[in-house]
Amino acid sequence: MYGLGLAKGLVVTFKNLVMPSRMVAIQYPDRKVGLLGLAKETGTNPLALLFKEPGQALKAMAGMATVSERLPQHARFRGEEFTWYEQRCTGCASCAKYCPLGIIEIVTSESGEQVQEGQKYNIDVFDIDIGRCMFCGLCVEACPYDALHMGSGFEEGTYRRADLVINKERLMKAPKRPSTWFRPQLAAAHFDPHKAKEGQDVEWSDAGRHEQPTLEEQEDKWAKR
Amino acid sequence: MEATVLKAGFDFTGIYGFFDDLLPESLDWLAYVIAAVILGAVLLNAIIISTALYTWFERRVLGRFQSRMGPNRWGPFGLFQPLADLIKLMTKEDTIPEGADRPVFTLAPIVFLVPALLVFSVLPFHSSSFIGKLNVGLIFIIAITSVNTLGVFMAGWASRNKYAMLGAMRGVAMLISYEVPMGLAVVGIALGAGTLSLSGVVLAQNIPFILVMPLGFIVFITAASAEMSRTPFDIIEADSELGAGYNTEYSGIKFALLQLNEFMAPLIVAALVTTLFLSGWRGWGPVPGPIWFVIKSFVIVLLLLWVRATWPRLRVDQIMGFAWKGLFPLAIINIFAMAVEFQVLRDDTTGALTTGDLWIMAAANWIITIVSLAVIANVLGQRKLRRPEPVPSQLANMYADRPAPESATQLSGEVD
Amino acid sequence: MPIKTEPVTINLGPQHPSTHGVFRLRVTFDGEMVLDAEPIVGYLHRGTEKLAEERNYVQIVTLTDRLDYVSAMTNNLAYVRTVERLGNIDVPERAKYLRVISAELNRIASHLIATGFLLDELGAFHTPLVYCFREREHILEMFEMLCGARITVSYMRPGGVLQDAPEDFWPRLDDFVKTMPGYIDELEGLITENEIVLARTRDVGIITAEQAIAGSITGPVLRSTGVQWDLRKAEPHEVYDRVDFDIPIGSVGDTYDRYLVRVLEMRQSVRIIKQCVEQIAPGPVRTAGPFVIRPPVGDAYDCTESPKGELGFYIVSDGGISPYRMHIRAPSFINLTLLREMLVGWKIADLVVIFGSIDIVLGEVDR
Repeated sequence: MYGLGLAKGLVVTFKNLVMPSRMVAIQYPDRKVGLLGLAKETGTNPLALLFKEPGQALKAMAGMATVSERLPQHARFRGEEFTWYEQRCTGCASCAKYCPLGIIEIVTSESGEQVQEGQKYNIDVFDIDIGRCMFCGLCVEACPYDALHMGSGFEEGTYRRADLVINKERLMKAPKRPSTWFRPQLAAAHFDPHKAKEGQDVEWSDAGRHEQPTLEEQEDKWAKR
Repeated sequence: MEATVLKAGFDFTGIYGFFDDLLPESLDWLAYVIAAVILGAVLLNAIIISTALYTWFERRVLGRFQSRMGPNRWGPFGLFQPLADLIKLMTKEDTIPEGADRPVFTLAPIVFLVPALLVFSVLPFHSSSFIGKLNVGLIFIIAITSVNTLGVFMAGWASRNKYAMLGAMRGVAMLISYEVPMGLAVVGIALGAGTLSLSGVVLAQNIPFILVMPLGFIVFITAASAEMSRTPFDIIEADSELGAGYNTEYSGIKFALLQLNEFMAPLIVAALVTTLFLSGWRGWGPVPGPIWFVIKSFVIVLLLLWVRATWPRLRVDQIMGFAWKGLFPLAIINIFAMAVEFQVLRDDTTGALTTGDLWIMAAANWIITIVSLAVIANVLGQRKLRRPEPVPSQLANMYADRPAPESATQLSGEVD
Repeated sequence: MPIKTEPVTINLGPQHPSTHGVFRLRVTFDGEMVLDAEPIVGYLHRGTEKLAEERNYVQIVTLTDRLDYVSAMTNNLAYVRTVERLGNIDVPERAKYLRVISAELNRIASHLIATGFLLDELGAFHTPLVYCFREREHILEMFEMLCGARITVSYMRPGGVLQDAPEDFWPRLDDFVKTMPGYIDELEGLITENEIVLARTRDVGIITAEQAIAGSITGPVLRSTGVQWDLRKAEPHEVYDRVDFDIPIGSVGDTYDRYLVRVLEMRQSVRIIKQCVEQIAPGPVRTAGPFVIRPPVGDAYDCTESPKGELGFYIVSDGGISPYRMHIRAPSFINLTLLREMLVGWKIADLVVIFGSIDIVLGEVDR
């Protein structure tokens, strides 16, 4: 006793002050860098930086240069957006039925395609309201055709609540970098949406667990029953 | 004329002399006023800007203690953060609660701020005091730092808010208890230095007084931190208990003044400790006096910040118990030891102490310090880590119908 | 002339920095001494039990995440165990191990929050809080690897676990198990022998074992009074009977003992995780079954040891896709039974500390 416990506390705090491995703050979205940090980011020599870009170098020395920084995310992260493949979607609305909050709205009309297999409907409206979504992923779990996947981003802020409703056009145009949550086929292909660059989207034919069975295979199954 | 100013020094005498030479005899008072205004402006600006920079420094260092960066967005290294805070506070609505005592409410921040600034005006940054050459500097400091007690009470009373009143009452009780050890520690200094003037105290420190009277140092720094309500004694603004204490109802510029006072507090403590115990501006080598002063204050500031980042706060009754049962006896022991040594060692003709005497006093005082701290800790610190062996209660025991494993009754911490 | 004093009644209102959520406490004090304390709950009531009657059994898993939102895995565990008991559903072995690993990780996370916030209320300027959160980040990143979300995990399903852990989960878990005891040592160095913490928490807010049992208290609060009762050993479920761990108990029943019991439980949790990692074997993680479960008519109650106490679910099924009635035995709510006894007679500063040491989460109290 005699104050030794207090001294032990001071030692712990001091250790956290001086050990650089304890500085774990991630400065998202911009990290402030000094001259050496900026040189490391651009891959040049600090002296070369001083001569080639004196403005940036001076800014870095004053501690005002920034470098963009991302948070470390896993491929399985359930993001705040959705990846939807209209080529795979049949309009069965299992996702809408399974959503605990009922925020998916699907309006379909007859299309006459693949009537024998249960018909692939024309999808007129496919709205997901991410203002009220809790990103639980039950819709993704329910989709029998692997048409709907969780997205991987989280920067979905808008200025108006009405803009938070994702409609069919937005879903069709969004980049297709789905999260590997509940999609073992994507995980087996070692797809990482956070490392995938522009243009490395997943095609609709690679997104499913299994492909559409042929008519013979289906009749085979019927006959066996 | 330039030579006159530089030779006489940038202090009150120098500037007064300069203007006195300049103006005719009948306007002597004007020279006085001008000198006072210039120096006052310089001091005010210097202190307030230092405090603003200190807020930045404190937030950065506390962030580093907590594995995070402090503010680093605005300006180079975040140095414009205090400016951003100031602008935010200035543009806020200055509310006064309905039914509050308006004059008292408005005066309270001023009552806080003025004594803090006055303390700086008598500290010697260089061989003489900057503005006021008082030869009772020690008494002035003790008296002036007591005025913020009044400010706390005024703020709490005038807010007409139960939380604020509670916080203020607790705060006032704490502050007046800690003035006593602070004053008594200073008595020890007066004995050691033989003078009450602050420049005299600095000049008498051939050995810094922290070595000569460690007990006095401990008592003073603890009492001064409590007086300025720094952790672990910051119940006044205990923000995890009832609201924010006495400054609940303050907003806008009045709040900015209160915060200024809060952040000026460690600077004051550091400056006082440096002057009284660390031999002020005296150093060695080519480094000028004021720079030594700043370096030494910086060390004390870092120490206070370290303590703030680590220790939780004490409860009010424990704080007052500590003041009366812990610091007060230690301060008395300090005075007694110093007085006896002074009487024994002093030169009978001049009444002064030589450096050799100071070393003897240092040796004796260290022994006394260690012994008395051990005794007081033993008496007060009954909260030893007594961890009696836990006995499983007979009322409900999940091992009642099957044998218990041997290690189940201990508070075992082993992980195999 | 005698001085007249009168007691003051203050509302420690729903919005307060120290009440762990929207909890209202109407306290009467005389000076600094607390005379009476009346808790008023319900500010976070979201109707979980009623909502459960409208949702099917898998959708309710997402509701249970949000009960005790700092330890979502144990809520999931208690709920799916009840549904499995109701519907007689088996669980594969690997799923049981994964469940226990997640539950113990969550226990560590929840106790880190409890300790960090207790010290925050003691006034330690958020430093221990930030250290605890820094370590909790490791756990949350592991949860993200398992199931894609950090806090609202929805990881378990009746019949097993949603998905198997990815390959990079296991090295991460090994690292965590290696470094966590060192970190707990550091946290103890900062807190356990600190004289100021001892002065504030020793012999403060004492409850005896009789009072605790009479008040239906469970969890670390009960164990700190000396009663040796932990559901993981009393009614072993999942794989708790195959791993070796101790149950720390306290001696005095004060705030310090509650803090100490939580820290020691963290160490024991690390021990459990280590053994589970050694024992786990490859296999399926979810029993194949219908997408929408219809348990037979009947009722079932099952419980597990959550970090706050005994968390139990009572489900009445009428054979349909939703429960007829679901009731949640929330430990935080029941641990508040003794709040008045614990608080009366202490000072304002102690009030906040004692309340923090019970460690409640409003999501559970109000459901």
